[in-house]
Amino acid sequence: MSLLEIKNLHVRVDGNEILKGIDLTVNAGEVHSIMGPNGSGKSTLAQVLARRDAYEITDGSVTLDGKDLLAMKPEEAACEGVFLAFQYPVEIPGIGNTYFLRSALNAQRKYRGQEEMDAMDFLPLFREKLALLEMDDKLMSRSLNEGFSGGEKKRNEILQMAILEPKLAILDETDSGLDIDALRIVANGVNSLRNPERAMLVVTHYQRLLNYIVPDFVHVLVDGRIVRSGGKELALELEEKGYSWAEPETAGVGASAAPALRRDGARA
Amino acid sequence: MRETAVEHVESWLDSFSEAAKGAGNLPWLRRLREDAFARFCETGFPTTRDEDWRFTNVSAIARTTFRPAGAAKVTAAEIAPYRVDGVAAQIVFVNGRFAPELSQLNRLPKGVTVASLRERMESHPQELEQHLGRYADIRRDPFCALNTAFLSDGAYVHVARGVVVEAPVYLLYLSTEESTPAMTHPRNLIVADDESQVSVIEDYASVGRESVVLSNAVTELIAGESATAQHYLIEREHLKAFNVQTLRIQQGRSANVASHSLLLGGGLVRNNVHPVLAGEGGECLINGLFLGTGRQHLDNYMHVEHASPHCGSRQFYNGILDQQAHGVFHGRIVVHKDAQKTDAKQTNRNLLLSDDAQIDTKPQLEIYADDVKCTHGATIGQIEENALFYLRSRGLSEAEARKLLLLAFAEECVERMHSAVAKELMERLIREHLLFLEQAPRVPSGPRITERAVEEVG
Ligand SMILES: Nc1ncnc2c1ncn2[C@@H]1O[C@H](COP(=O)(O)OP(=O)(O)OP(=O)(O)O)[C@@H](O)[C@H]1O
Ligand SMILES: [Mg+2]
Repeated sequence: MSLLEIKNLHVRVDGNEILKGIDLTVNAGEVHSIMGPNGSGKSTLAQVLARRDAYEITDGSVTLDGKDLLAMKPEEAACEGVFLAFQYPVEIPGIGNTYFLRSALNAQRKYRGQEEMDAMDFLPLFREKLALLEMDDKLMSRSLNEGFSGGEKKRNEILQMAILEPKLAILDETDSGLDIDALRIVANGVNSLRNPERAMLVVTHYQRLLNYIVPDFVHVLVDGRIVRSGGKELALELEEKGYSWAEPETAGVGASAAPALRRDGARA
Repeated sequence: MRETAVEHVESWLDSFSEAAKGAGNLPWLRRLREDAFARFCETGFPTTRDEDWRFTNVSAIARTTFRPAGAAKVTAAEIAPYRVDGVAAQIVFVNGRFAPELSQLNRLPKGVTVASLRERMESHPQELEQHLGRYADIRRDPFCALNTAFLSDGAYVHVARGVVVEAPVYLLYLSTEESTPAMTHPRNLIVADDESQVSVIEDYASVGRESVVLSNAVTELIAGESATAQHYLIEREHLKAFNVQTLRIQQGRSANVASHSLLLGGGLVRNNVHPVLAGEGGECLINGLFLGTGRQHLDNYMHVEHASPHCGSRQFYNGILDQQAHGVFHGRIVVHKDAQKTDAKQTNRNLLLSDDAQIDTKPQLEIYADDVKCTHGATIGQIEENALFYLRSRGLSEAEARKLLLLAFAEECVERMHSAVAKELMERLIREHLLFLEQAPRVPSGPRITERAVEEVG
């Protein structure tokens, strides 16, 4: 059984069809990258998987470890192991970073029948992950993302991911707005979390990130459809030739080409 | 009375002469009360045609026959939840009467007096005459007039020149169940002499089952030169209570005063805060949080008077309204002609948790000086869906996430408070109340307490 199976997913927002039949299979241990131009539906896919309810699902199914993901609330999906690193992390004044992280971890532990962690137990884990992401202690005494720079917010997302240890990590443009040093740190954090039980879905515009987080598969999303899938070399090709190079293929070959591509990207 | 705008005037006259009998014989005090009663009879209760009362309809109060609350006993078990650790003194009033057996006044430092106003009037009348009734405005506000007409007891707090009391003085007003509508008119006088420092918590609560009560309190707070005073108000009566509060602050030169309010209870609440910055260089902070649910009506009327140059005032009020609750924030700032270099700021932020909840927010600036800085702003919003989703996406339940966001919003107000003891108390009450908000059964649409009380009272 695959960790994540998306079948024929159609999604509408405000009456507009944004995802027009996505098929994608991700196995434990794999890293898949999703690339595509602005507005193609990458964040929509990511947010649907994290179970934001602003989206209307008109067709298709998604399972996580065989369970119906689309029937889950955001908190259930999180507790079942889905983690979304947001493209635009939210600033929330008045809620402390550390307090929030421990509450979230404990909510998930409780769900799984594990004992909750008190502040004393939590601290060493927290410090270890802070060091991994080369983050300043002082930042953490502030409110959640409040006054954080773009890069600090992205690092905070990966810090949360490192502590929550999800089964399926979805990174939505975690590389955007990062300088090369920050990118290296973030990629390093992400790579340290790669393991045979965990899968990752890495959404990005640029091949740059994929030099650091090397994917097993690359999918190209254009206008709500996956128009091409391939290995890591596809990212390089895209960088060279642009998305327009990837597009006509589906336009011309139509729906029949899609299953072939899918098989390529989803060795069960 | 030749002419009167008051309904049930015989009953008011009855109550007034009844109360006058027990009110002692000080001529100045008798005059004060009689003037106030005459004034009340002249004006009657305000109506929504009155600009100051546009958003708050008190006809339910006007139509009800209230009698002065009777004497009652509160047991040790009933008062136990109202004990607060770390206070300098606790003075308790039951149905408006001083309850010495429940009060704890024996640990006060030198230079600090906490007493029943009534007892102090007997033992030190001249000391009170200087201040009592000098500031509360019986002309403009009928409720102040009514309170003054029925003035009989309340708390007297005095801190002598240069004396600093760190721990707050805790004033508790409990009302008990009554078979007919009952009223109390607590009257407090807080005097902080020059260079002294004091903090006072006023807490209004109910014991026993719900019955219709009117708590109409007036506090005069006088802060001398360079004095520092912190005033904390807690309103947590049951939902059949009408509560009208007036805090009148008189600030001397370089005095630093703060008013912090927390409105949780009461069916119909009017919270008046009226500081007058009468000396140069004064600073005033007015900070409040109101949490309404069901059909509560919570009205905050601020009237900040800058009467001297180089003074600063800051108003921050946050409101959270659920179900069909109605909140009001009326922020009036008056800058007198001579009050140059005034720096006045006002912010009102509101969260509406349901489609039926309502807020009226109104700034009102009257500026007669030319060199001043006045700013105001108000926001009305819902819990942000983005923030809610972010928290839930990490595993917190929707209820938990909402609670965290509401707490964070409320926390802004708690953070402006100074006394650790008051902060802890407020924080506990806010947490309990947010839990209550989450679990409160949804009330069906219907009349607010303003009308409902009338039906019940007949
Ligand atoms: N809440 C919304 N309401 C209306 N339209 C939306 C909403 N969210 C997304 N869309 C639209 O859906 C389309 C896909 O948006 P999405 O954010 O998924 O794209 P993306 O591939 O992540 O783009 P980018 O690379 O710019 O992040 C866009 O046309 C966008 O305008
Ligand atoms: Mg996006």
